[in-house]
Amino acid sequence: MPKKTANANRSIGWMGLKRGHKARPVEWIAEKAIFLVSLSAIVMIFLIFLFVAREALPVALGKTDSAKSTRVIPVAEFDKLSPPELMEYLGLTAKQFKAMDKDTLKELMLVKVEAGAEAPNDKDAAVDTTSWSMMLKPYQWTGYERPEYIWQPVSEIHKYNLVPLFIGSLKATIVALLFAVPLALGAAIYVSQLANPKVKEWLKPGIELLAGIPSVVLGFFGLIIMATLFQGVFGYESRLNAFVAGIALGLSVIPVVFSIAEDALTSVPRSFTQAALALGSSKWQAAWQIVLPAALPGVFAAVVLGFGRAIGETMVVLMASGNASIVSWNLFDSTRTMTATIAAELAETVFGGHHYRILFLIGALLFLAAFISNMIADVVIHRLKSRLEGKA
Amino acid sequence: MPPNVPTPQPTKLAQAQRRRRWKNLLATPEAMPWSFQSEDPQIGSKFFTGLTGFAALLILAILAVILGNICYHGIGGVSWRFITSGTESDMFDVEKAGVLPMIFGTAARVILMTIFVIPIGVTTAVYLTEYAHAGSFFTRVIRGAVNNLAGVPSIVFGLFGLGFFINFVGQHMDDLLRPGAAEPLYGQPAIIWASLTLAVMTLPVVIVATEESLKAIPPGLREASLALGATKLETVLQIVLPQALPGILTGGILAVSRAAGEVAPILFTGAAYYMATLPKSLTDQFMDLGYHVFILSTQSPNVEKTRPILFATVLVLLLLTFTLNIVAILVRARMRKKMRALH
Repeated sequence: MPKKTANANRSIGWMGLKRGHKARPVEWIAEKAIFLVSLSAIVMIFLIFLFVAREALPVALGKTDSAKSTRVIPVAEFDKLSPPELMEYLGLTAKQFKAMDKDTLKELMLVKVEAGAEAPNDKDAAVDTTSWSMMLKPYQWTGYERPEYIWQPVSEIHKYNLVPLFIGSLKATIVALLFAVPLALGAAIYVSQLANPKVKEWLKPGIELLAGIPSVVLGFFGLIIMATLFQGVFGYESRLNAFVAGIALGLSVIPVVFSIAEDALTSVPRSFTQAALALGSSKWQAAWQIVLPAALPGVFAAVVLGFGRAIGETMVVLMASGNASIVSWNLFDSTRTMTATIAAELAETVFGGHHYRILFLIGALLFLAAFISNMIADVVIHRLKSRLEGKA
Repeated sequence: MPPNVPTPQPTKLAQAQRRRRWKNLLATPEAMPWSFQSEDPQIGSKFFTGLTGFAALLILAILAVILGNICYHGIGGVSWRFITSGTESDMFDVEKAGVLPMIFGTAARVILMTIFVIPIGVTTAVYLTEYAHAGSFFTRVIRGAVNNLAGVPSIVFGLFGLGFFINFVGQHMDDLLRPGAAEPLYGQPAIIWASLTLAVMTLPVVIVATEESLKAIPPGLREASLALGATKLETVLQIVLPQALPGILTGGILAVSRAAGEVAPILFTGAAYYMATLPKSLTDQFMDLGYHVFILSTQSPNVEKTRPILFATVLVLLLLTFTLNIVAILVRARMRKKMRALH
């Protein structure tokens, strides 16, 4: 057995307990305190998921039931009911109940019976709209020609189908990416590979300034100026739609894609370009055929992060998308996205009610979407960087 | 002990071969159907340089159009009276309405946020650059968490603020500190909860900016300090942090500028549609510039009539966030230059 050197034990043991902490207690405590504080980012991610999921859990596990009770008791059974039962059935407070005599109560029961008879179809009212199948599959509602996806949380029967919101979010996101990615990538290639250093010094911070525009201002711009302008140019029906929202959304995606793609392209060792240029290629050929393929994973990560940003952006779509929950793949129809739904509806929900919990469920889904796209981008960039650094 | 001879693993080899085949495919011009082939490479080069340069210019042009448009329409509405008067009479009154309560609310929540986020963010950055082992498990997990935190949708932060700060922390504080009180004091939207929510959201901004500035400090400075007998803590506190101050400042400014414009996280955690007075305590709600822009553009009784105050409010918000942003970018550009000179 080779003799262990004094250094071999350094930093071994949980939290480096063996590193001679007795000699300098203040240093040791400070280091551990710094370490504990630095865990706050992990704690926060954990807490965010925990507390958003906590509110959504009853719906996710199918523990809620939004079916409307349509129990009707004939007036003849009046004497069989005890006062508390009667109070609950008629929805009266104790004070109101005491103030009424028998005839008034019977009258109320009659009203209830009539109301029960007038209810359009008990089939719809008896459905638990918070179950997973009702949230994801189409349902044949009375009065509709075929099974449909409907998000109508404040109608007589609360309809919580999430599909219109998914489609709305996807539509706005796809438009945003189609608009933002080519522009941002072109700019990134230009800035990192082709521009001369003096131009680059101005161009890069200039483009990054776009990130400084608050999303509410982009939403305002889409709503007040772009919507009118585009309607004049394209002449479509609905003034606010997925197209306008997508373009405005694209403006908030551009800086994300640009800065990450630019970073990835710049991190390709300069020797790659130099070798290509020495072999007689043009600057563009070196950039397009050598640098871009080498940095391709980084570019992919930039697009993935841009997607995460676009699907999670709230104020832009809330203001510029029109917010009608229609199932349609037409880009020029008004759309309602997941984020805008939460922002618009949460303030009016009952605390702890079905609607409230379903909005938290949408929030949890958004968190997961962002988390997954971040993880993918993180892993891809990490591998790219270590590969390029290993080569350089 | 016999020396451990590494044996090549067939799976890894196959993987490497597959990867190389892919790379060759990507790197050979013939295999890239989208690559531009021309007799004279310089012509294609010029064309595509122009095309990508155009993309860059187009982005700048869009930025200029947005800013120019808002300035052009908004400058007329911004006056001393507009900035210093409140909304006592009617928030949609073009003649009398002002934005003082919104400026006050936004400034207050942002300053509170800074108090929470700077110490935590700077400490995390110090741990990551000065103490952590570069490849250790915790470092990777912390970095991953920071990146993730930066990508969480802002509306989810709003839900988190409601679910955690108001419904959990606030309600428990009510139960503990004021048992039996009818009205909740802490368990309701308030400026303190909005600030805390924003602090969580801007944590990555501060961490990344501080880390960058810490890395820019030449290692020689630390070594000199240690060689003179200073402990690690003394080195960090007296040598490293003072040097990193501009970077920490940049992080703070960027966080403030990001938070000042955010509306989604404060929708449910503290922003008020209308308040007659300025917030007096940490548990009051507040009016907010960004939220006011949202209200003016979507809930105005007469959009055409209130247009001037809408544009003026947007301009005030932009001036606030943009000035901060430009300062941060300038400081950072100088720092990067310094760093390049040192390395």
